[in-house]
Amino acid sequence: MKGKETLKTVGLFAALALFVAALYMVFIYVPTEAQMGVVQRIFYFHVPLAWLGLLSYTLVFISSIMFLWKRNASWDNLASSAAEIGFIFTTLFLISGSLWAKPAWGVWWTWTPRLTTALILWFIYIAYLTVRFYAPEKQQGARFGAVVGIVGFVDVPIIALATTIWQSEHPGALIFEGGLAPEMKLTLMTSIAAFTVLYIFLLTLSTGLKKRENEIEELREKLE
Amino acid sequence: MSFLSKSLAIARKEALAEMRTREMVFAVLVFTLLVLVIFNFTTGVSPQVVHDIAPGLLWATFSFSGVLALNRSFVREKENGCLDGLMACPADREVIYAGKALSSLVFMLSIEIIALVIFTLLFNVNVLSLPLILITFLATIGFAAVGTLFSALSANTRAREMVLPILFLPVVLPVVISAVQASEKVLDGKSWGGLSPYLQLILAFDVVITAVSYLVFAYVIEQ
Repeated sequence: MKGKETLKTVGLFAALALFVAALYMVFIYVPTEAQMGVVQRIFYFHVPLAWLGLLSYTLVFISSIMFLWKRNASWDNLASSAAEIGFIFTTLFLISGSLWAKPAWGVWWTWTPRLTTALILWFIYIAYLTVRFYAPEKQQGARFGAVVGIVGFVDVPIIALATTIWQSEHPGALIFEGGLAPEMKLTLMTSIAAFTVLYIFLLTLSTGLKKRENEIEELREKLE
Repeated sequence: MSFLSKSLAIARKEALAEMRTREMVFAVLVFTLLVLVIFNFTTGVSPQVVHDIAPGLLWATFSFSGVLALNRSFVREKENGCLDGLMACPADREVIYAGKALSSLVFMLSIEIIALVIFTLLFNVNVLSLPLILITFLATIGFAAVGTLFSALSANTRAREMVLPILFLPVVLPVVISAVQASEKVLDGKSWGGLSPYLQLILAFDVVITAVSYLVFAYVIEQ
């Protein structure tokens, strides 16, 4: 138990330190992009959020399968924690993208394949959280969630494909292209590392909390 | 009894129940008609506008009426406590899934064919062609496959009917996108070749999602 607490503290401080470094690099160290100007700095927050939103859903998918197979509550805790945090990260990803799109493209939103796929993924996260919320009991919610987690994940590549075919006939939006300068690459990597450590830290906190909730419930049942 | 004959028996039971009560066909048909009428007022009636928006209109209507039809599939069982009876019958869970999906498919297709006729009459756009019927058929397989799974799931939640659209609509979006595009091609008089990427995508969805839904269905109705 004690070792775990120490590990958590280390995780917290690692996330903090990495974030301080990432913020310094994003706002002071990295040169301003020539074409888009200052607003391009959103990129260093946007990309890590996108990566973790997708990673999180992959985690939901794998732990959903494992839960249905093994029926071990810890897999369900992992799936639901990943869905909750992944939903928040995907929401922030959509918001940061929108804030960037306005000055860069002149609109808050365009229906490019990537944006459309991200939006639908966001809706699937909502579907996952909805069935858990509306399930009459926890056990059922875990099973329902796993089913939506699996079907939703399998659907994501089909959505990506459909939006790509659909948009290939429409004019594409201007996308940030060309290679990254070394400073930019380094800043992006630091930012991704910072967000990933934060993600892992939040995930550990959330699964730990859910595990304790389960334990309390079991104890309560024993008392009754 | 084989898997197929058991599934057909369940589908037959659904058809009989519907023919005796007629509770679904009436409501869904009137609803479909009303959606078409409301769309008419939101878009105006100039022939060019109708031609441009017809595919979208058609698929928005099919998606909404699909939700309505699929909802009843399991809520009806739940209300009368029939699901327990169905689960007690000597058949695998997968048989229940196949029978239910099959009956939903036939029901939705019947409504859609009627809707296509009404659409042609009301909007003076001929949507009753072979390619369009094929698109409708393929897309509805996908609707029924994933809709049956989610219908069983949402019937078991506290909010019942409310939950299905939240689950169903985002997942079937690739089908809706492709069906709209393919219908647009048909109305523009394009050949079969122009349709094939969309038809392939709908077919891929049908195969993948039917397989996955079939595999996970047992976990949804497990007690």
